[in-house]
Amino acid sequence: MATTVTTQAPAAGVRRRLGARLAGGELQQFILRRIGQTILVLFCVATITFFLVRLTGDPVQAMLPPTATLDQENALRAQLGLNQPLIIQYLSYLGGILHGDFGQSLFFHQPAFDLILDRLPATIELASGAMVFALIVAIPAGIIAAVKRGSAADSSVVATVLVGQSTPAFFVGIILILVFAVNLHWLPAGGMGGFNHLILPAITLGLYSMAMIARLLRSSLIDQLGEDYIRTARSKGLSRWQVIRDHGLQNAALPVITIIGLEIGSLLGGAILTEQVFSWPGVGRLTVEAITNRDFPLMQAIVLFLSVIFVVANLVVDIAYAFLDPRVRLS
Amino acid sequence: MTIDSVVAGTPDETETTIALPSTAPRQQSGWRSFLKALRKNVVAQIALGILVLVVLVGIFAPLISPFDPAAQDLIHRLKPPIWVPGALPGHILGTDDLGRDVLSRIIYGTRVSLLVGVAATVLSGVIGTVIGVVCGFYRGKIDALFMRLADIQLAFPTILLALVVVVVLAPSLWVVIVVLGLNGWMSYARVIRSEVLSLRSRDFVTAARAIGDNDVQIMFRHIRPNILAPLATIGTLQVAAMIVAEASLSYLGLGVPPTIPTWGGMLAEGQLYIATAWWIAVFSGLAIVLTTLSINVTGDMLRDFADPKAYR
Repeated sequence: MATTVTTQAPAAGVRRRLGARLAGGELQQFILRRIGQTILVLFCVATITFFLVRLTGDPVQAMLPPTATLDQENALRAQLGLNQPLIIQYLSYLGGILHGDFGQSLFFHQPAFDLILDRLPATIELASGAMVFALIVAIPAGIIAAVKRGSAADSSVVATVLVGQSTPAFFVGIILILVFAVNLHWLPAGGMGGFNHLILPAITLGLYSMAMIARLLRSSLIDQLGEDYIRTARSKGLSRWQVIRDHGLQNAALPVITIIGLEIGSLLGGAILTEQVFSWPGVGRLTVEAITNRDFPLMQAIVLFLSVIFVVANLVVDIAYAFLDPRVRLS
Repeated sequence: MTIDSVVAGTPDETETTIALPSTAPRQQSGWRSFLKALRKNVVAQIALGILVLVVLVGIFAPLISPFDPAAQDLIHRLKPPIWVPGALPGHILGTDDLGRDVLSRIIYGTRVSLLVGVAATVLSGVIGTVIGVVCGFYRGKIDALFMRLADIQLAFPTILLALVVVVVLAPSLWVVIVVLGLNGWMSYARVIRSEVLSLRSRDFVTAARAIGDNDVQIMFRHIRPNILAPLATIGTLQVAAMIVAEASLSYLGLGVPPTIPTWGGMLAEGQLYIATAWWIAVFSGLAIVLTTLSINVTGDMLRDFADPKAYR
């Protein structure tokens, strides 16, 4: 792919030595720099959401009944700290974040952060189910397609990938509900419960990641299988499968690991839609509730919270990548 | 987008310019060799055919639509498609919960999808290309600034941002277009930048400079023709992504106003009646899939044609 360096697959010993050397200075510097960038990104997100939300005007109007007097309005405004200058509000908002205070939900009358934590296990369950589904299908499919390139199996994998990437999650979900819940009565159409409830939402959410991973694994493995070291390994008498497993896959896995990390973000984004389709009581549905209720402190907290997860996932992927592939230039 | 970001996002990005094998001969017969490649690719032909059909349907919606998409007929609610017993003559794909004709609404929904898909793509394409060319050409501080910005935006779940912005600004067609457009420039900027990085050191640019061309002349006369191929590829694929994004917003009820028929909005309505009236959700969803699938197939073909080595 991007790195067209044709090196032999570094033997385990070499790799360890390289890793040790990098771990000394360069890698540490790289990690520190990435952490610094991450903090900067989160600061920007916090700032942007704060001012974006303030653009909508006065939440007090929305919270009180139309019969409220001006005094009542002012009292509530003072209680929420909305009568202070914007810059003071902004600073106290940032200060609150540092103390773990993400504000109070206007609709639920609870700390926004607690609400998110309440819903988080459901989303984690859904996202893990989706990722497990994606990997179980994508890894064999990608390998078969790459090894039997041009075969009927390959074509069907490529076609499935294309359809998977072109179909919005909510439509997949609705079709699955129609077939497996409405017509066959095999699985529940929504809600959360046992494993049965997880199957359809997990497939729905995981389909896109599955397509991405299968596609990337296929192209990455095809690249690797064309390399000289594969021929060397074959000519030294290893079986075709051994070569694929010990050499091809090991190197083809790198970009795949990156995309798996990045998919965590798209799973979270996609969870908004999937949870809506299946009435899954997770953070995604909380997001839609916050938006439809115009619950701005909660929206603000969710955006920030999801960004933290997403950005940290990216950070971990980058660091893992630098560890795994010494060729990655760290500058 | 994610694939692009992975490819362009590897840390050794400056060196990742996809090697364009001497572009000169291909450009002379670009159009003809494209048609030749198309003739060999039956799937792409079908996809292109569907795409042309979808565009024509969108343009001529008022002429071909059998009914007014907003006309309600509460006596004839939830009537099935014409081949199912109990159907109402004339309503080929049945009626929805307000007795509106599903086919007519899908036909009109084409307009929103195409308008948002193309307009948001053009907007993000223009922004991304300008940033990419400037960054690749001048490098330095401006390059670092915009590439960092691209990192930040790529590192952010964009649908969330789009949701918040759309709600804050009150949903309208133009807000949706602008929000999606501002969220999509990064993949263009990265790819175009790396193309320009390699182009600027090529002999023909040096030669142009030697005969006295200034920066703007070089950018328009010598850089521009050479970035059209990657631009067309990303653009095509992005139209599909934008159509899906618009449908997602409409599905959540946060896209264009609900009075305008959209595929995503129909899906949301259809889901409520999925047990009794499957046709509302199924046909509007099929419209999305058919459109995005044919765009993606066309885009893949363009990409293979422009750079057979890049992906397989």
